[in-house]
Amino acid sequence: MEAFIILLSLFALAVFLGVELITKVPPTLHTPLMSGSNAISGITIVGAILAAGSGDQPGAIVQLLGFVAIVFATINVVGGFMVTHRMLKMFKRRA
Amino acid sequence: MNSVIINLFYLVAALLFVLGIKGLTRPKTAVSGNRMAALGMLVAIVITLLDRQVIHYEVVFAGLALGALIGALMAAKIRMTSMPQMVAILNGLGGGASLGVAAASYLSFMAAGNELSSTTLIIANCAVMLAVLIGTVTFSGSAVAFGKLQEILPGQAIGFSGMKFVNLGLLLASLAAVFLLITGQAGIGGFILLVTLSLILGVTLVMPIGGADMPVVIALLNSYSGIAAAAAGFIMGNTVLIISGALVGASGIILTRIMCVAMNRSLLNVLFGKMAVPDSNSIDADEVYKGKVTSSSPDEVSMMLEDAQRVVIVPGFGLAMAQAQHAVRELADTLVSRGVIVEFAIHPVAGRMPGHMNVLLAEAEIDYDAMKTMEQSNPNFSKTDVVIVIGANDVTNPMAREDKGSPIYGMPILNVDQAKSVVIVKRSLSPGFAGLPNPLFAMDNAVMLFGDGKQAIMDLTAALHEAA
Repeated sequence: MEAFIILLSLFALAVFLGVELITKVPPTLHTPLMSGSNAISGITIVGAILAAGSGDQPGAIVQLLGFVAIVFATINVVGGFMVTHRMLKMFKRRA
Repeated sequence: MNSVIINLFYLVAALLFVLGIKGLTRPKTAVSGNRMAALGMLVAIVITLLDRQVIHYEVVFAGLALGALIGALMAAKIRMTSMPQMVAILNGLGGGASLGVAAASYLSFMAAGNELSSTTLIIANCAVMLAVLIGTVTFSGSAVAFGKLQEILPGQAIGFSGMKFVNLGLLLASLAAVFLLITGQAGIGGFILLVTLSLILGVTLVMPIGGADMPVVIALLNSYSGIAAAAAGFIMGNTVLIISGALVGASGIILTRIMCVAMNRSLLNVLFGKMAVPDSNSIDADEVYKGKVTSSSPDEVSMMLEDAQRVVIVPGFGLAMAQAQHAVRELADTLVSRGVIVEFAIHPVAGRMPGHMNVLLAEAEIDYDAMKTMEQSNPNFSKTDVVIVIGANDVTNPMAREDKGSPIYGMPILNVDQAKSVVIVKRSLSPGFAGLPNPLFAMDNAVMLFGDGKQAIMDLTAALHEAA
């Protein structure tokens, strides 16, 4: 229970930090912000790797679910960061 | 590897994400910010791979390779006009990944045969169900949003007036399933039922939302994908998932709010309100336009532009549809080379997602300093000689300012009618998404330049060159 409260505090503080940071992002960058934050939400890849790669769980279904989750999250991460980079480079060009 | 060291590296990853988002607050630091966030992700992935729990590397690397290939291809191939579709796909996959992780965790809890005694397990179970519910709704909702944006599905609102009760019923049924699963009264069958209900709920939530409200939906689904990731983090007590999920969740919520404020509507109204509004107090389009609309030609407009000192271009979704961003750049360059001040006035909900127009204009190498927000633009329209509206409609409709009976009354608009002259590039007098006629078109200082957006702008630029 105590561990849960710590995690919950972490979550609440991160939400506030996020709000403070993101209100400062100018409207011009809102699309790259969405694709970039999307890439960050691909962090589920960590959970997916642990689900697919862990040895103590015998189920083939667990591994399959983990594998699908890895593919999805990796598309999210690689696609997200790359497309954000592509967009941001365009903004930088004439700066 | 020692779990303390692993968690310290997760902290490093989370800090890099925060610094990355901080970098996105300025165009100059944005590229390095994105790199920093990507580095954070790399740290998190590598340290997870080194985790002692990971044994089956072949499955993991196969998944990573396949995902990286698909992701890189998508990122390289996607057209800038289709960026809303790309973000919709990414949102959906994020939700899908959280669903996959949650389902895998649920099955391994079951396999481990743990009794529901410890509070830890109850909390983990709650997090599983939450991740399943939100992740699945994000997944199927994003699929529908993608279908609408890609025009596989009809763009307008689909549904019936009782739709919200169906949604409410589905939500309550899902929550009941969650309750039964957490208390151990339902097994794998209940779990599959929960996934099915959530899949349907995602579809029925997004189906009734029309094309121009898409910016809100995309931003909201963005937020959901973050919250689903955070919920997945609570399942295994993983700090980096919780922090990043919270950051993304906050980002999506803020963008959702900005979009709603820009339409002067509440989130609930966007999500559930549209079906209830038939054209009860509809204004007759013929009455507004009859005998008052002036049609113009590229030559006439180019003459107006020759005398202009200050020109403002207002882009809308029609610019994306016509792929007219490069043509617009040519026009702007031609004008700037003659000493004219050219600015772009961008309404927050122009296009199909937040910042959509800015990305298109940036693709055409238009300087971001020339892109102005609504707040920056509105005080200067009265000092502007010519405003060129391309593919925007409702966001310039003066009824929002003046007609208290109008459904869009109170929505902040670009006051283009205050300029000396307004040129509206449009195919016809057809109404925008709000289904209303636009009295702007009938004003004395407004002329219509009928035609395809891209062609009309190219003709205009050619006429300017000819006259020179």
